[in-house]
Amino acid sequence: MKHYSAFAIAREAFRQHTGWGRAWASPEPRKSYDVIIVGAGGHGLATAYYLGHRYGIKNVAIIEKGWLGGGNTGRNTTIIRSNYLQDPSAAIYEKSRSLYETMSQDLNYNVMFSPRGVMMLAQTEHEKRGYLRTERANALQGVETRFISPAEVKKLVPIINLDGPRYPVLGALWQARGGTARHDAVAWGYARACSAMGMHVIEQCAVTGVTSENGMVTGVNTTKGHIGCNKLGIVVAGHSGALADMAGFRLPVESVALQALVSEPIKPCMDVVVMANTVHGYMSQSDKGEMVIGGGADGFNNYTQRGSWHHIEETVRALVETFPMISRLKMLRQWGGIVDMTGDRSPIISKTPLGNCFINCGWGTGGFKATPGSGYAMAELVAKGEPGPLAEAFSMFRFREGRFIDESVAAGVAH
Amino acid sequence: MLLLTCPCCGVTAEETEFAPGGEAHLKRFGPGSSDADYESYMFNRKNPRGVHFERWRHAYGCGKWFLAARCTMTLEVFGTYPAQTVEPPAEIVAAIKAKRPEWEGFA
Ligand SMILES: Cc1cc2nc3c(=O)[nH]c(=O)nc-3n(C[C@H](O)[C@H](O)[C@H](O)COP(=O)(O)OP(=O)(O)OC[C@H]3O[C@@H](n4cnc5c(N)ncnc54)[C@H](O)[C@@H]3O)c2cc1C
Ligand SMILES: [Zn+2]
Repeated sequence: MKHYSAFAIAREAFRQHTGWGRAWASPEPRKSYDVIIVGAGGHGLATAYYLGHRYGIKNVAIIEKGWLGGGNTGRNTTIIRSNYLQDPSAAIYEKSRSLYETMSQDLNYNVMFSPRGVMMLAQTEHEKRGYLRTERANALQGVETRFISPAEVKKLVPIINLDGPRYPVLGALWQARGGTARHDAVAWGYARACSAMGMHVIEQCAVTGVTSENGMVTGVNTTKGHIGCNKLGIVVAGHSGALADMAGFRLPVESVALQALVSEPIKPCMDVVVMANTVHGYMSQSDKGEMVIGGGADGFNNYTQRGSWHHIEETVRALVETFPMISRLKMLRQWGGIVDMTGDRSPIISKTPLGNCFINCGWGTGGFKATPGSGYAMAELVAKGEPGPLAEAFSMFRFREGRFIDESVAAGVAH
Repeated sequence: MLLLTCPCCGVTAEETEFAPGGEAHLKRFGPGSSDADYESYMFNRKNPRGVHFERWRHAYGCGKWFLAARCTMTLEVFGTYPAQTVEPPAEIVAAIKAKRPEWEGFA
């Protein structure tokens, strides 16, 4: 692997940039591996990275049916925050947020983490009380957040309309260390680091079946033939139901479409992330100047990566109310991703009914921020066969036991 | 945009007039059932890629619940039918089979 540095840029400048080479190799699969990870999204790649980095397990393949990061990792609006209500959530999201702070250095790959601050507007008395409660909970969890006044909101976001026609702004929950990062770079950076450790990143290869003997996983059938493994990690987000079906169990998960859109690029006008959960829309400005916009998920099962039109209308309506100056912006692109929703809106990092088969899913509308922390916790589970402190609350069996981690009470939207 | 026909009042309308209600034909397990049965009734879902049977409510119309057979890969609706059924009626099954010969049937 070539080390990226200012010196390398200077060196390459002298030879017409012919020496960069590919960031990761595209090998043909071996007959078998110690560990197979299904799904080369951020979470699958981060799992592989930490398997090698923390546990020395490097005979690993990450198998991806499409291209690297082409799932939700490359489709999300990149909000990173950790101001959740419940203790297990705060622990894993805060771990993840802190890993983002050093990710570019750790991976020697610029993921453009920008801790510009994330603001969640309170627009009803109920929401305000909820955020005040979260602020106190975060203080106990060691997560730095603060409830700020409407005047402070206006100071941070001059383009905001505090006195909207339906829901005036009553304050906001402010996490100064939250922010955004470049989503594809996260996937690319991990893939490069995994490849450098000798792992196989295998793209354009769909897993079509899971093979097992005596209740233990033995490998996967793929469009490139059978590949054996001692341990299997399923990290396929919206397609978790299909993979679970192949492995012979059912999940408390439903797959729905979530959409986002970006505007034409404009001059810098907003340097924080603003989420308006009551009116259901959120917005940030990318480094290119585009306004990055997201809203609510559809309510019905869907694998088309295409959401319903009326949700775009609702989102845009909410944001025009909140930021009147965007009313004439043209939208450049709109897309959807298939997100995996659990009953309590919290993720699953868990053993499964099949031996040596582990699953990481259920991140739903908000798992980009969790990418490094999720991989960190999942790698521990796969390596040791038992969950560590970050993962243990997120077992898929918690639904049977009634130990929900109810984040849907904390926020209407969870990005 | 998804178009649905309400079998209760006969109106065909856009999805904005309806509210989705999740997987249909769940077998209810209540007090006295095993934890596993109760869990699977409450939370575990088929969530298939392809033919899906689901509940809808004509929320901004007659207000009644009904059921629909729909493909989650294409959003094609095979048909809608009354909620007072424990499994998809024969004509719905036939309509699905005609368009998805490889479909394994309702299980
Ligand atoms: C529009 C939108 C906006 C979002 N906004 C935010 C946000 O602002 N902040 C935030 O934190 N989160 C956000 N999210 C959620 C976030 O994107 C996801 O939770 C996260 O990216 C999931 O990562 P992943 O690696 O688990 O899944 P993915 O990136 O989806 O990776 C799963 C991979 O598995 C592959 N796969 C599936 N089936 C198979 C198979 N049979 N064989 C081989 N490979 C297979 C897929 O092709 C895919 O590449 C948003 C999501 C969407 C759709
Ligand atoms: Zn009706």
